[in-house]
Amino acid sequence: MAAKKKTAKKLKTDKEELLKYYRDMLLIRRFEEKAGQLYGMGQIAGFCHLYIGQEAVVVGARAGMIEGDQMITGYRDHGHMLACGMESRGVMAELTGRSGGYSRGKGGSMHMFSTEKHFYGGHGIVGAQVPIGAGLALANKYTENGNVSLAFFGDGASNQGQVYEAFNMAKLWDLPVVFVIENNQYAMGTSVQRSSAETELFKRGSSFEIEGLQVDGMNVLEVRDAAKKAIKHARDGKGPMILEMKTYRYRGHSMSDPAKYRSRDEVTKTRSERDPIDMAKAHLLDEKWVDEAELKAIDKEIKAIVADAAEFAQTSPEPDPSELYTDVLLPVDAA
Amino acid sequence: MGQATKRMNMIEAIRDALDVKMTEDSDVLVFGEDVGYFGGVFRATAGLQEKHGLHRCFDTPISEGGIVGIAIGMASNGLRPVAEIQFADYIYPGYDQIASEAARLRYRSNGEFSAPLTIRTPVGGGIYGGTTHSQSPEALFTHIAGLKTVIPSNPYDAKGMLITAIEDNDPVLFLEPKRLYNGPFYGDPHIPSVSWAKHELGDVPEGHYTVPFGSVRRITEGPDLTILAYGTMVWVAEAAAKEAGVQADILDLRALLPLDIEAIAESVKKTGRCLILHEATRTSGFGAELSAQVAEACFFSLEAPIVRVTGWDTPYPHAQEWAYFPGPKRVMNGIRKVMGQA
Repeated sequence: MAAKKKTAKKLKTDKEELLKYYRDMLLIRRFEEKAGQLYGMGQIAGFCHLYIGQEAVVVGARAGMIEGDQMITGYRDHGHMLACGMESRGVMAELTGRSGGYSRGKGGSMHMFSTEKHFYGGHGIVGAQVPIGAGLALANKYTENGNVSLAFFGDGASNQGQVYEAFNMAKLWDLPVVFVIENNQYAMGTSVQRSSAETELFKRGSSFEIEGLQVDGMNVLEVRDAAKKAIKHARDGKGPMILEMKTYRYRGHSMSDPAKYRSRDEVTKTRSERDPIDMAKAHLLDEKWVDEAELKAIDKEIKAIVADAAEFAQTSPEPDPSELYTDVLLPVDAA
Repeated sequence: MGQATKRMNMIEAIRDALDVKMTEDSDVLVFGEDVGYFGGVFRATAGLQEKHGLHRCFDTPISEGGIVGIAIGMASNGLRPVAEIQFADYIYPGYDQIASEAARLRYRSNGEFSAPLTIRTPVGGGIYGGTTHSQSPEALFTHIAGLKTVIPSNPYDAKGMLITAIEDNDPVLFLEPKRLYNGPFYGDPHIPSVSWAKHELGDVPEGHYTVPFGSVRRITEGPDLTILAYGTMVWVAEAAAKEAGVQADILDLRALLPLDIEAIAESVKKTGRCLILHEATRTSGFGAELSAQVAEACFFSLEAPIVRVTGWDTPYPHAQEWAYFPGPKRVMNGIRKVMGQA
């Protein structure tokens, strides 16, 4: 099946819908900004990968999902959890390694889960989540529960061998899975051009007969439409699709990134011309669905949610050391 | 001797070893994820692409199985590749290639082929990396016949051992304790650390020298007990022995395979007591092998059961890292136990 390129089109929405996406994207942005601050203050240690710039991908994809559909992703995962409806408090407290965190602090930024919200993690090994996402879909198909799994991974992960093993099996068995490639153009410090023989990542499924779409990942409505199409395709029993989301991360790969691999101008240009939140805001104002005062009120409300999460994440106690040998298979000789 | 020296941290020492070998031998190529343009996530390869060119130091896709597989092909076809796996936690997709191909090529081909390949990878905890950026998987590799596994604990050894690894005609897994890159670490972030610039083992000869595999480094000498350690735990042992007021023979193993069992046995026969340390989880850890070998060689000289202080049999946590890490407190408990005081 030939991979198709996108065509520009005017996308339908209404006030309520677009305002919801705006709010969800803003929550992720403000949450991540706060996480960056807490990291700078030494409240978050270790690894922390911010999602700033990519918000439209997960919010738009989520818009195509129904209750029971699953999401699984890599290590840049805070946005996915918030989009799934997981609590800001629990996510932030996991970042600070506190007992109020989703994994009681033992998982950290990259390793959180919620069965209730059908979020299957947070995975620190690049690409390892992709076959797992296909496995979620196999179970969906076997139990005929009608659900679809969305496996998110980056342009970097798209060069992992196990991704192609997953592609093959997913198409061979027509599994209800959507592969969402978040192409933010840099695998840590290595650009797609410097790492990939075929840089149009939506074509990566061609030899498995998996249809791929390239999507403007900065436009939440375009993401929504693509997600709906791919999820319907999967739910109808036609197997997987690949969505290549052309997106961009504004911050470093992690908190210790010298950012020498791209120019400041490149970042500034994307921020000023393609920012997903600014675009949604302009659309809302353009249609006169909101005014500046209402937007300010939303921002205030979201800042309060994030401030509360940060407060919780700094005051929730550290897990008791005895937690370190819980959730394992055998009693631990903690000598 | 008489070679000029320079103060280096462990990263600089590793980079210098790569530079020396790349300069000497055009067959030496250095590559891995973010190794070329970016200079490596821990900066170990910074500047090498600029100096030696795009074809000598290059970036790979995020494909650990492919990285190791390609390196084996290069190595068996006349080159001396040095591949970096960004964190040891990422090495598992490459495990099949390491275990079934690299380590078996010489045997399988009746000595016709070998894979003179070095795989560098950072190991160990101490940087709040959580489950997938802190592991110590050395025992998975020492279990493989046909592979050498080494782990330096300081800049001097790191440079000399890396040159030895690159010159070796068989595959070498070169583990870098990432917490030691900047200075010795005593297992407790509250103990002020020194940088390698202020440590005698940060005094690194310029140019070419080697540290052979299969010989231990004696960190301190003493009659009370023998402490076997490697990587970060070498410095934890030093701090704990000092704190416990014992005079210990602390042996930095440096190479796990080949293992300097002669020096180990000589020490244990002298002290009659043996404490074994590692960060890795306990069950089937390398300490189990050490314990067996010491028991085989020194049974009639032992005055107390051999004691192991190791990571627990759990995944590596994000929170409470200092409760989890086998730091000086737990090592001191181990010392008391093997001294018959607990």
